[in-house]
Amino acid sequence: MIKLTVNGRVHNVDVEPDMPLLWVLRDQLKLMGTKYGCGIAQCGACTVHVDGEPVTSCRAKVGDMVGRKILTIEGLGKPGLHRIQKAWIEHEVPQCGYCQSGMMMAAVALLAKKPKPTDADIDEAMTNLCRCGSYPRVRKAIHAAAGQLSSATAAKKA
Amino acid sequence: MTIAIDRRQFLKASAAVGGGLALEFSLPVAAAPAKGLPPTEVNAWVVIHPDDRVVIRIARSEMGQGTLTALAQLVAEELDADWMKVTTEFASPNEHIRRKRIWGSMSTGGSQGVRSSQDYVRKGGATAREMLVAAAAAQWKVPAAECKAEKGVITHGASRRRVRYGQVAAAAAKLEPPKDVKLRDPKDWKIAGKPVRRLDIPDKVVGKPVFGVDVDLPGMLHASIFQSPVFGGKVKSVDAAAAEKMRGVKKIVREADFVAVVADNWWRANQAVKALKVEWDEGANGKFSDETILAMFREGLADPRLPEAKKVGDAATAMAGAAKVIEAEYASPYLNHATMEPMTCTAWIKPDGFVEVWTSTQNAEASMAAAAETAGVPLEKVEVHKMMLGGGFGRRGAPQDYVKQGVLIAKQVPGVPVKMMWSREEDMRHGYYRPASLVRMKAGLDAQGNCVAFEAKIACPSILALLRPEAIQKGIDFSAVRTLNDMPYTIANQKVDYAMRNGHVPVGFWRAPGLQNAVYRECFIDELAQAAGKDPLEYRLAMLKPGDKNRLVLEAAAKHAGWGTPLPAGVFRGIAMSDGFGSFTAGVAEVSVNPAGELKIHRFVMAIDSGHVVNPDTCAAQAEGNAAYCIGMLYQANTVKEGRMVEGNFDTFQIPGMTEMPKVETVLVPTGGFWGGHGEPGALSFMPAVLNAVHAATGKRVRTLPLKPGELKKA
Repeated sequence: MIKLTVNGRVHNVDVEPDMPLLWVLRDQLKLMGTKYGCGIAQCGACTVHVDGEPVTSCRAKVGDMVGRKILTIEGLGKPGLHRIQKAWIEHEVPQCGYCQSGMMMAAVALLAKKPKPTDADIDEAMTNLCRCGSYPRVRKAIHAAAGQLSSATAAKKA
Repeated sequence: MTIAIDRRQFLKASAAVGGGLALEFSLPVAAAPAKGLPPTEVNAWVVIHPDDRVVIRIARSEMGQGTLTALAQLVAEELDADWMKVTTEFASPNEHIRRKRIWGSMSTGGSQGVRSSQDYVRKGGATAREMLVAAAAAQWKVPAAECKAEKGVITHGASRRRVRYGQVAAAAAKLEPPKDVKLRDPKDWKIAGKPVRRLDIPDKVVGKPVFGVDVDLPGMLHASIFQSPVFGGKVKSVDAAAAEKMRGVKKIVREADFVAVVADNWWRANQAVKALKVEWDEGANGKFSDETILAMFREGLADPRLPEAKKVGDAATAMAGAAKVIEAEYASPYLNHATMEPMTCTAWIKPDGFVEVWTSTQNAEASMAAAAETAGVPLEKVEVHKMMLGGGFGRRGAPQDYVKQGVLIAKQVPGVPVKMMWSREEDMRHGYYRPASLVRMKAGLDAQGNCVAFEAKIACPSILALLRPEAIQKGIDFSAVRTLNDMPYTIANQKVDYAMRNGHVPVGFWRAPGLQNAVYRECFIDELAQAAGKDPLEYRLAMLKPGDKNRLVLEAAAKHAGWGTPLPAGVFRGIAMSDGFGSFTAGVAEVSVNPAGELKIHRFVMAIDSGHVVNPDTCAAQAEGNAAYCIGMLYQANTVKEGRMVEGNFDTFQIPGMTEMPKVETVLVPTGGFWGGHGEPGALSFMPAVLNAVHAATGKRVRTLPLKPGELKKA
């Protein structure tokens, strides 16, 4: 049994220690918000936080996660929404949405380190891949969440 | 999220929705069983709850393009619904069949979502509104014409009475639907035409939508698959001794052209499938490579007896009399769609023979047909649950290979639902690729530089030959020749020939099928303008008829981009245009190339005339997405060696990232009177505009994609 702390809850999972955290989250704990994209830590769709650091969970062995605090999209901003999620809604960032959990986890980790990130900081930190092309909106939403944009754009709801 | 799937319960619950097999689990807002009174199906498109919530049924698939919101806007507009109370659900494919295809086409491709269903979905909304008004009028015993509907409320001015939709929906559903309904003039739209927020985004920021890979059923097993590395190869022998002993393994599956392992989680299934020792009968395809494919194309171009895709005037004579002849050859590689969500299918063969499938599909009816055929049951005994798609771009429409595999695997474990998901490597090496192609173009210019003759020979595999052979006409696959055989340019003499050379690599519809021809044509036109010593914008305009909508978008893009005005040092512009998928588009790219040959795309301005615009913000998002999708053409290639695809993952088939993304400015210039698409048109002008700007910056013509290492380096 491996003892895992995910989103503040303790779980005991009966899995091989070399099983990637991604598959424990998805198939054992049924936390499906974290996605598989490549399995080789290239795309970032599986990004979660481990002790506050962004980690590609497809390459993180679950055996190495004991005693560490794991945060997934399901636990982000609870209760309510994290300011990055609000900015994501405000700027209509997602298209298909598949990569967006990882994208937001990376953005939250960036803001924790650099509360007022520059474009260069965003370029460096946001290496997540998005096939739909949400990049310009990701950039805008990060700046907005950092308080670097005049917040509310014109009311969009008809 | 666990989906309740007992079919009898499911049917019972949905019977309450006026016979609708609502797939409510995929949209949790609508999923809550109605407390108290059940909702009413006013008609196939509109379901209304007693508390006034409106559920709009969506027949097309949502893959990020925003069709779900746009279609709901169109229905809600005609319904005079309160937009704040609108939710959506996907129409059930099984019910669709049983109700004689009541929701029209479920196919989602070709940028068709809005443009080819706008008429009937708007009528669905308008019909429901008239029935609701008629029910209220009957209740009040007043003429319906004296009643007015607005934001989900019907009022009768004279008697100052009002009633909410939720209160009259049940009575309305009993009325005879009106035969003819008048649709609103788009200039009077209140919900459609506005940048309303996408309905799917709030769920997407909390990880809530259920994509195909997220399906979770009680007792479900997981499958990982390995297909013949050489296309068309067959399984010769399988040694499963090691795999069988691995933890969690339940079943080894051997089919004609793939092996799979079923296990209690996906990782274990995937570990075990990698432990299988498989011998393949590679057949004759192992001898093919990029070199043999190029040779096949060259042979095609040399074929003197090619079918004609276009012939006007006499190109040969005009060419012979031309003052100057320009000739160039352009080429592109195979390209994988590389959707972020790999191919996936969950299938469950139930004890009574009913087949239930959950999948990310662009064409639920095709998925249903594939499942029925594979399982050997009639269509009525199949249900396909349409899940959210983690990207589609054409991959999940016609082929349905992964649905067939999912059902084949499930047949081996009857009574148990099995979720099959491809690894990224399988996804990369078993696509239905954007066809590779080789095109030779030749143009004759008169003494003033005007193009008087144009010839093109196209060697390219046919998508239709593989996926829709009945659509091939006289040897021509329209998707292989488009943009070259339907030019808006007024060139008096044209001849376009098509060499269908199919090869062994499966090909399919890839965002804006045929777009490689738009790249070739618009780069070649740039070459002609250069040869004529003319400005590329002016050169194009001179070849477009007055009133041509291509002209309008070209001028709009140029104006917005400031064509002809000074740029910062080192930055250069390129321009291109192309109509397609019902719309007219033109783009201006601004790029710089440093001495090391590194290309930076700074800005892309895209003007588009789609006739009407249903949601300006999702249209802009599609322009951004088309740019992002096409940047990869600069360096992506799926290369063929020994009959198989070399690249296996994103390390060797790179996906454009944040740093490569230019500023994208979308200029919407809708002229009304027609309905054009947005999902693909933006792809057409991006790459040629970029490559024309690269030429302006470096003097180098890029005619073969991807770029070769160091190609743009200063000599």
